[in-house]
Amino acid sequence: MIKSIEELKQIRDKYKDVLQNREAEENKIRILVGMATCGIAAGARDTINAIVDEVHKENINNAVVVQTGCMGFCYAEPTVEVRFPGKTPVLYGKVDAERGREIVRRHVKNGEVISEWVLKG
Amino acid sequence: MPLRMELLVCGGTGCQASNSSRVLEVLRESIKEANLQDEVRVLMTGCFGFCEKGPIVKVMPDNIFYVEVDEESARKIVREHVIKGRIVEEKIYKEPETEERLPEQSSIPFYKKQIRIALRNCGKIDPENINEYIASDGYMALARVLTEMTPEEVIDVVKRSGLRGRGGGGFPTGLKWEATRKSKSDVKYIICNADEGDPGAFMDRSILEGDPHSVLEGMAIAGYAIGAQFGYIYVRAEYPLAIHRLRIAISQAREMGLLGKNILGTNFSFDVEIKIGAGAFICGEETALINSIEGGRGEPTVKPPYPAQVGLWKKPTNINNVETFANVPPIILNGAEWFSSIGTEKSKGTKVFALAGKVNNVGLVEVPMGITLREIIYDLGGGIKGGKKFKAVQTGGPSGGCIPAEHLDTPIDYDTLNALGSMMGSGGMIVMDEDDCMVNIAKFYLEFSCDESCGRCTACRVGNKRMLEILNKITEGKGEMEDLEMLKELAETIKDSSLCGLGQTSPNPVLSTMKFFYDEYIAHVKDKSCPAGVCTELLKYYIIPEKCVGCTACAKVCPVNVIHGEPRKVHVIDREGCIKCGECYRTCRFGAITRK
Repeated sequence: MIKSIEELKQIRDKYKDVLQNREAEENKIRILVGMATCGIAAGARDTINAIVDEVHKENINNAVVVQTGCMGFCYAEPTVEVRFPGKTPVLYGKVDAERGREIVRRHVKNGEVISEWVLKG
Repeated sequence: MPLRMELLVCGGTGCQASNSSRVLEVLRESIKEANLQDEVRVLMTGCFGFCEKGPIVKVMPDNIFYVEVDEESARKIVREHVIKGRIVEEKIYKEPETEERLPEQSSIPFYKKQIRIALRNCGKIDPENINEYIASDGYMALARVLTEMTPEEVIDVVKRSGLRGRGGGGFPTGLKWEATRKSKSDVKYIICNADEGDPGAFMDRSILEGDPHSVLEGMAIAGYAIGAQFGYIYVRAEYPLAIHRLRIAISQAREMGLLGKNILGTNFSFDVEIKIGAGAFICGEETALINSIEGGRGEPTVKPPYPAQVGLWKKPTNINNVETFANVPPIILNGAEWFSSIGTEKSKGTKVFALAGKVNNVGLVEVPMGITLREIIYDLGGGIKGGKKFKAVQTGGPSGGCIPAEHLDTPIDYDTLNALGSMMGSGGMIVMDEDDCMVNIAKFYLEFSCDESCGRCTACRVGNKRMLEILNKITEGKGEMEDLEMLKELAETIKDSSLCGLGQTSPNPVLSTMKFFYDEYIAHVKDKSCPAGVCTELLKYYIIPEKCVGCTACAKVCPVNVIHGEPRKVHVIDREGCIKCGECYRTCRFGAITRK
């Protein structure tokens, strides 16, 4: 039973996350995780789930996590690309779950490019 | 574990008819097989509107829009897209002209000019989960109304928004609410008219199926505004899925205290009951609808008194249609000015149209008032099927009229459509091409009105029948010029002397086709020919000697053996015995048979 407008707002905020993935806004930050065979073999599934989890934990609501196909850097899988709207994409290599979380915290949240993990093509 | 991906499967009646329930099962099974069920979720949503290309599956947050998904491609989507991030190209919508694949919903021309207010949650939320509705600001408008606004302020916002009834008449909603508010009574009622009866119109069904809570919320707001504590939803038995989802929505809203006593801790109480109608067209007329709820015959009564004064159980009653109610919560949340900034001078906001007939993209579109017919038919609808020539568009169902090509650039709203001899109606829009005979179309709608006339007024009961007889005569080649005069006279009489909207508008399809396509009537009556080649009785089949190779195929299929000729020599049809079945015409591979 909802007894007040505050309780209604609590429910709204609790489930807001669920719908956030369904908003197709073009000016969101996109985090792309390479999930081709090589990526999956190198542990990209753990990486993507860690990233999704971290985005959730940090309450970041202007970013979407999307998986993508092979980017051709099989030696450096798993790969993660961070795209800020209107900026050059940044590609990271050998991103395990822990690095994934750190990319979310430092790059996505605070805008700091972690240059030592950046892949140079 | 938070979800990283969701697959939204259309659960509207249209997509379910093309097997979307099975697609949903297959997606779930395949995801389970891949052991991804904790990170990827499959859920059913309401109608996306793009029924032509159903079943629709939308992958979020990737924002990939798959069309015509069957069981096999569902497995492939899981195998390729969900597991490996590779888009399944062949199930992406292909723009027919440029052959370009358009993976994002918003880039598909069908969606480009749409503004979704009434359909805002359709295809986005799970209609059977009230939390998802609340998460998209659901029931916040009701909360605001109950805690911050007086009923008069609510009415004022709705009045200033310029919202007009979406069920057909286009009466200003705010004025209706005000009239019902002013009627003094201890008990008042809200009725939601979900008796959607126009052939081809299905926007109300889609809203009820895809976003039932928006209608409940709109009704509760109206209840607060006029001082009613109880509402009925009158919905036809032909809408089982809509009824099912409404029932779920009502019980969820009651459980959460959003319907029932002392909503959100205030003094306001409101509850809703579903009333299932048997599906008579006349019951969409408000006084007939009230009679039907009361257990009487679905027959209209004389107005005034209007339902706002004397309605259900003789109490003041406010009746609005489904789409109208669905527009109310966003108006409260975003303000009257926001809503009235969309649309034309006298018709504000958007309108949902059900696009059907000879158009490439059949489906449901919500567009701002003032958009042109051309934009709807060519930009959103993707033009005429098979590259044929556009002839007319029928708007407003059996009460509406046919609008010809020269008016394609008219910005459409309630008033411009009326001026063209048609009407907005509930928003049915049926496109006709060069192969449609306008006399036959008029006959089709008149047959519908004859079937659905309740029989109360003689003019409607007998007059429509007489008109139909004349049209039958004309399409059989027995028409005379006097018949055309008679049609007009009957039409005017029926319009003048019928009690309700059904009789007052039923001659419209005949009148508008006579106005814009009089030459086709003349061709039927004077030349005894049907220019579109539809009216069987008027067709004459010929064999063109230059093209006939004497293959004997036509003679073999002729059921009455009236095609004669030696093999490898020109054949001839003996028209005396010809029953005009058209078998020869369809069989000939050389285009040697013509009909006029």
